[in-house]
Amino acid sequence: MAPRPCDPQAGTVVQIRGLWTRFGRTVVHQDLDLDIYRGEILSIVGGSGTGKTVLLRQMLGLEHPAQGSVCVFGEDIGQAEHEQLQRMRNHWGMLFQHGALYSALTVFDNIALPLRELRALPEDVVRDAVLLKMSMVGLGAEHAAKMPADLSGGMVKRAALARALVLEPQLLFLDEPTAGLDPDLSDAFVELIQTLHAELGLTVVMVTHDLDTLFALSSRIAVLAEKRVIAVGPTQEVLQVEHPFIQHFFRGGRGLRALQVLDQQEQ
Amino acid sequence: MQIEKAPTLTLTPADAGAAQSVSAEGIWQVHALAQCGKIKALTRTFKTLAPRAESLTWDLSAIETLDHIGAQMFWNAWGKRRPPRLTLAPNQEEIFRRIEAVKDTAPRAPRRSPFQPVIELGLAVHKFGEHLLSFVKLIGGVALDVVRFARHPALGPWREISANIYHAGFQALGITALVGCLIGIVLSYLSAQQLRTFGGDAYLVNILGMAVVRELGPLLAAILVAGRSGSAITAQLGVMRVTEELDAMLVMGISHGFRLVLPKVLALAVAMPLLVVWTDAMALIGGMIAGKIELDLSARYFLHKLPDAVPIANYYIGLLKGATFGVLIALVSCHFGMRIKPNTESLGHGTTTSVVTAITVVILADAVYAIVFSNVGFY
Repeated sequence: MAPRPCDPQAGTVVQIRGLWTRFGRTVVHQDLDLDIYRGEILSIVGGSGTGKTVLLRQMLGLEHPAQGSVCVFGEDIGQAEHEQLQRMRNHWGMLFQHGALYSALTVFDNIALPLRELRALPEDVVRDAVLLKMSMVGLGAEHAAKMPADLSGGMVKRAALARALVLEPQLLFLDEPTAGLDPDLSDAFVELIQTLHAELGLTVVMVTHDLDTLFALSSRIAVLAEKRVIAVGPTQEVLQVEHPFIQHFFRGGRGLRALQVLDQQEQ
Repeated sequence: MQIEKAPTLTLTPADAGAAQSVSAEGIWQVHALAQCGKIKALTRTFKTLAPRAESLTWDLSAIETLDHIGAQMFWNAWGKRRPPRLTLAPNQEEIFRRIEAVKDTAPRAPRRSPFQPVIELGLAVHKFGEHLLSFVKLIGGVALDVVRFARHPALGPWREISANIYHAGFQALGITALVGCLIGIVLSYLSAQQLRTFGGDAYLVNILGMAVVRELGPLLAAILVAGRSGSAITAQLGVMRVTEELDAMLVMGISHGFRLVLPKVLALAVAMPLLVVWTDAMALIGGMIAGKIELDLSARYFLHKLPDAVPIANYYIGLLKGATFGVLIALVSCHFGMRIKPNTESLGHGTTTSVVTAITVVILADAVYAIVFSNVGFY
């Protein structure tokens, strides 16, 4: 299969063409295509071990395609020069599944790190910008001096989100944003992401298992199975696709309950 | 990436008239601000404008894109309140509303007390006492575990002990052999030159044998093991703390002392004397080679002379030292490993302190042995 180069169209933020990912002999992605458009919230779903997080890592340039191309902001990540990649990295934010806060730094320093790394902003602007981001994610200023080890799971996620947002990214990656949070916190987090998406005009790419989060947030869903994207589109469209995995995943007991809630909300 | 319009501030009219106005243009986003290196100039302009921010007319509506950080710069220049004459684009209103909503309640750095040095000294003493106490507790715990082990040897952590002997003992054979041999050569050359001056060539065996068997063999082995296994033990326990494996063991009712500390202590108590024998042998071989080259002492003479030159008691002292050092290294490493807090900095710091303390304690114990056995093993 000849590699297809990416042709940046207006409105696409991420463009994946003919992507193959291999780990040793295991093939994770086989000829995978996916487009992500500006301003949408795209959720990637799939069973365990279908390579959702790996796909996210491909978009971030943490993994390298065995074949094919991954273009973010119209630049091929695999071919990009170091400096280009660096500039790109300042335009996206990533929320890791377990937060990945730097354990040796306080919450404040964690969030301030990307700003200080620019080596341009005066310290008082950094300080105010960090406090603003903390208040945006609902993290009180009294937590600023705490160490990540002293935070609860929900607060770690919030601090990590504040860190992901501090450079005002256009593109936000979320890996299991609500995993490990209680239902109350999950709802609050979903609402938070919704608000931020509306206010900042972000493009959000999210990997999730949580059907409630999925239905509440996504403008489109991409279903990963059989090493490729088997269906992509708005929630209702994807639900109609006749595929054993999709029927099983969304029409199982949990899926039906979540759908009922969704229907009620729409009415 | 497209070429971006740099952020600019224009003051009109330029002369300091009565009704000056400031208009901002370009892209006021964090990347544009950081990239073009204009931030210094902008900060300077803001500084000159800040005192009379109230009297100026601000027009931000021509700004192409504004983000929170760009807005924050204006906000700080205005003294954290809106100037009376301000023109904003509709979408900028929201950003300033959000900035306005932030309450600046973050705790500032605490003020230094004038008694800071005294407080620090007190804290250091307190910390030392705490270390001492928990070290004594650790020794007590190990003693109890040894009793438990002696009562039911079949239920003991045999696999862990054997694994630790393999890692700390067998895998250290190469490095101890190399270092021992080199030290033997160095010592032999150095003594040979001095001895030749006095015509006492034959006493090389005495000097070398005594130094290596009684002091250098045990000490070299201990320092190498402290560096190799001591750091490994501390780091292992530290990572187990970080990944909550230690807690998982407690929850399952598996005692840390019995399954983690005891096997390491026993393994080093067994492995270290063996390593001492090995290091002694290697150092003597190194010395023998150098003696042959430098003083033309034959290996046969060397081996024949050795039992006469070095009383066998020294050998036993060396073995005893080895076992003691092994136990001390294991205890110190476990002590620091258990105290590591779940963050990366503590892990690094704990490992360093562990190795340094282990080596210091070994040398301290060596000094104690030198005093206690000052009349043993000499003619």
